[in-house]
Amino acid sequence: MPIGWYLVVSALIFCIGAAGVLTRPNPLVILLCLELMLNAANLALVAFSRMWGNQAGQIFALVVMVVAACEVTVGLGLIVAIYRRHLAINVDELNELRG
Amino acid sequence: MSAVLFFIASIGALAGAIGVVMVRNPFYSVLSLVGHLICLAALFLLLRAEFAAAAQVVVYAGAVMVLYVFVVAYIGGQDEPLSQVGGALKVVGPLFALALAVELCIALLGTGLKGISGKGAPYVLGFGTPKEIGRLFLTSYLFPFEVASLLLLVAAIGAVVLARRRRGLPEDEEDEPQAPIIRPQYTGTMAEAAGVRPGFGTDPAASEPQRAATPATTSEGGW
Repeated sequence: MPIGWYLVVSALIFCIGAAGVLTRPNPLVILLCLELMLNAANLALVAFSRMWGNQAGQIFALVVMVVAACEVTVGLGLIVAIYRRHLAINVDELNELRG
Repeated sequence: MSAVLFFIASIGALAGAIGVVMVRNPFYSVLSLVGHLICLAALFLLLRAEFAAAAQVVVYAGAVMVLYVFVVAYIGGQDEPLSQVGGALKVVGPLFALALAVELCIALLGTGLKGISGKGAPYVLGFGTPKEIGRLFLTSYLFPFEVASLLLLVAAIGAVVLARRRRGLPEDEEDEPQAPIIRPQYTGTMAEAAGVRPGFGTDPAASEPQRAATPATTSEGGW
């Protein structure tokens, strides 16, 4: 398959993830949609790595995976902390920092 | 053959992505994301990124998703009503995503990159294998490798600090229900077996006969 098709799939996944981040109120689902967007970027990186025959893109994709894992860990820790305080798990209501 | 595999995997990836956004229950969103990640790993394999595909399946679809499932099970994955406050963003959000998709497609169609319509560079032996990736990580990209390990350490400590029980908060009783265990005397703990019996012991408070029925005794004798 030509590389352009992979980039089209990557762009579509990124847009679906962006729509999810903007519309869903649950922070868990927002984290999942962030994963979608990061994975779309990963797919584009790996596709360009294949296009140039250079493995630096794959290294970059692996580093992005590490960053995504860290983001998920801290985000889920925040969600558990919010739940412990008996606050609503809803980003529309969690709108002040001094909760 | 690769075209068929590409279409199957990309349709699966797109369906998984739509499922993550559309499904109401967060638990099913997580499961949908697992399917999406596995399809994406197939796409990585088609792009000859073997190690990245393996890491995708093991790290993402394995470890990170298990973390998600645990948190969903902990906070209760209840269905949420889709129509809530923020009605303007509900309309603007998908429109923004659609505009972004159109813009990206225009950019891809009008690109000046010649290689985008080709099948990529000629394959050299060992491209994307763990050996090559590891060699690059430990030679050319050693600094990003170390920084990534430091970042993982910081994230692990941060998660522990964030999710621990705070001292200033009131204890929530419904977290750990402690039902009093009713059992006859001298049948449970090692403290009783060792001769610390009510009546024989030196502790005058231990002579109360109902003390053995309280959970305090069972936790006390846990040594």
